[in-house]
Amino acid sequence: MRVLLVLPILIPLSTAAVSLVFWRRRSVQRWMGMAGTSGLLAASVWLFEAVRREGIQATQVGNWSAPFGITFVADLFSAIMVVLTGLMGLAVAVYSLGSVDRRRESFGYYPLLQILLMGVCGAFLTGDLFNLYVWFEVMLISSFVLLALGGERGQLEGAIKYVTLNLLSSAVFLAAVGLLYGLAGTLNMADLAIKLRAVEQTGLVTTLAMMFLITFGVKAAVFPLFFWLPASYHTPPFAVSAIFAGLLTKVGVYALIRVFTLLFVVDVGYTHTLILVIAGLTMITGVLGAVAQNEFRRVLSFQVISSVGFMVMGLALFTPLALAGSVFYMLQDIVVKTNLFLVSGVAHRLCGTSELKEQGGLYATYPAFALLFLIPALSLAGIPPLSGFFAKLALVQAGLGAQSYMIVFIALTVSLLTLLSMTKIWNEAFWKPQPSDSSRAEMPTAIRAVTASGRMATGTLIVPIVILAALTVCIGLAAGFFFDLATVAAEQLLDPTAYIRAVEGGMTR
Amino acid sequence: MGSLILSTTARFLMPLLLLFSIFLLLRGHNKPGGGFVGGLVAATAFSLYAVAYDTNAARRVMRVDPHTMIGTGLLVAIASGALSLIAGQPFMTGQWGSFHIRGFGELYLGTPLVFDIGVYLVVLGVALLDVFSLAEEKS
Amino acid sequence: MNVVLAVVIGGLYATGLYMMMRRSIVKLIIGLALLSHAANLLIFTAGGLTRARPPLIPEGANVPPAPFADPLPQALILTAIVISFGVLAFALVLIHRAYGTVGTDDLDEMKATDT
Repeated sequence: MRVLLVLPILIPLSTAAVSLVFWRRRSVQRWMGMAGTSGLLAASVWLFEAVRREGIQATQVGNWSAPFGITFVADLFSAIMVVLTGLMGLAVAVYSLGSVDRRRESFGYYPLLQILLMGVCGAFLTGDLFNLYVWFEVMLISSFVLLALGGERGQLEGAIKYVTLNLLSSAVFLAAVGLLYGLAGTLNMADLAIKLRAVEQTGLVTTLAMMFLITFGVKAAVFPLFFWLPASYHTPPFAVSAIFAGLLTKVGVYALIRVFTLLFVVDVGYTHTLILVIAGLTMITGVLGAVAQNEFRRVLSFQVISSVGFMVMGLALFTPLALAGSVFYMLQDIVVKTNLFLVSGVAHRLCGTSELKEQGGLYATYPAFALLFLIPALSLAGIPPLSGFFAKLALVQAGLGAQSYMIVFIALTVSLLTLLSMTKIWNEAFWKPQPSDSSRAEMPTAIRAVTASGRMATGTLIVPIVILAALTVCIGLAAGFFFDLATVAAEQLLDPTAYIRAVEGGMTR
Repeated sequence: MGSLILSTTARFLMPLLLLFSIFLLLRGHNKPGGGFVGGLVAATAFSLYAVAYDTNAARRVMRVDPHTMIGTGLLVAIASGALSLIAGQPFMTGQWGSFHIRGFGELYLGTPLVFDIGVYLVVLGVALLDVFSLAEEKS
Repeated sequence: MNVVLAVVIGGLYATGLYMMMRRSIVKLIIGLALLSHAANLLIFTAGGLTRARPPLIPEGANVPPAPFADPLPQALILTAIVISFGVLAFALVLIHRAYGTVGTDDLDEMKATDT
């Protein structure tokens, strides 16, 4: 069973290593990418089943006992996130086959993707704060390179902003970890959970909590700290944007939820109220930004920020229902966001541009593809049978239950505005006739000639989109099952005794 | 480039540096040293060669592509950690064994050394990748 | 000693942040490097400054003899140094490429991705 906890890290790492050995063989790298992500998905599902059946799993790397060594823990929340990482990894690996150009492939696109997935899984599974820092850096370095790979002007400028702000947040993280070690004498999260509740200088703990809020806030792209995201997410290839939008900000939100449920709960009245204000502002600024944009991926980038607001809102309300809502929101949003970015890539290929004003006529030419866009888009806006509706319903109910009417009002308004921005994409790219002034009439055929490597290429683009859209519908239809999962995960988050016992039990084993 | 003094000394220094890097690697088990430093010293050996001649010559002397070296190093390191999984212990638990070699005595060896060899290869590969790509960009 | 280190750390943070707010991307990178040094020193100081023996466990004992230095902060710093070395190496290559592509090192000129 202990093997399971390290497999989601070992599989991508081994895949990357083998791909590096076959550096000059692109076809080997492509197949390794597929095999590695499939393996990751299988291992993560296995881990998820183990956690669901037997409760929280923990292992001590190197057999060094708990507060001293590095612990890997998987509770239901982490396990769900790892499964989604595997799923998105596979979807994007398939999508990359037909969309990433030869030059990027020969500069190590596939190994980098694997290392990114390894960093994400590591961040979800670790039970040690310093180790979390290390996984964040692994994730960031690989994402820097993926972002800048190709070296176009927009990419480099976006990457500079991304690198600067994320490195700043890493420096704050490091300082916070150092101070926390000075205060508590440990960095194992389960051990910290016990020791921080006994610390008398609660002011100091709250100060540290604020430092972690800033650090993870930058990674999660919450209100005043999100500027790196819309500056960079629309620049790299679509597959890279998709994996970034699906997973990277969610790792930040995951860290926020983990730290503010397990460690910093001594002054909930202050910290979580602040988080609630941040959540509201994040939602509003995100959605207003999205409404103001006129480029497919920029609209979606701002929607990423707005969604982060919803997830953080559940954490801020800090009730079982609210946290379950957060977990459920994350679960379905990862699928929806990745899918929307993948759709934007296909729309770009069909129209030859991502500017909404120059796109058009997609509904008339490809009605089935238009439907594939509508499923995640309407789910994002929260239209009933789809998954996003149930996530927002839970959060709104939790808000009403906690009598935070203001945040409920904001959440509902933001949902309406989300619908507006999705309608804008629909109107511009799909519904309105093709702009006459451009030479677009011949464009699709020209594009098809470019991708004439065949139907295979188009298939690799469409299949992941279809599967993710089907998943969105399934989560919506079987919302009860998924919401029960989220509820159990939220209970585990709110009552850390099982978590602590699992880690310390691993100590004596 | 083409300085006679530099290229002659480089040829003599390189084997010395490489031997020294292996010495550091083996010494690192319980004294200062180890795979990281060893890898860096080995990287200086090849970098010196690259400065004295050119990067193509250094690549020829190395015979292995830096990428392949990184990949191999990673695989060696993973294998050393995964050995304990087969033994039913948590990942990366040290596995030890002693061997008797005639005329030499008891030799006590474990997986940390294997891990260090992996680190050595990865560091060597990464450092050379950096040096080579920067040097080749200029010319 | 604590005071001296605190002043040094404060100075490093101040210079680092000042450098980051300059317009040149080269100074931006220097600022980031200074920030990571400041964070490392902070860990070192927060971990406790003691004059003590290295934490070596003598044969037959389970714990090292009483006044021993905590090895963990140093392990953390070592890891952090290696990581920041890697990140900075990449950042240098990145600004070098950006300089080559954009033709300037002025951050204010890099507005292609802003709206």
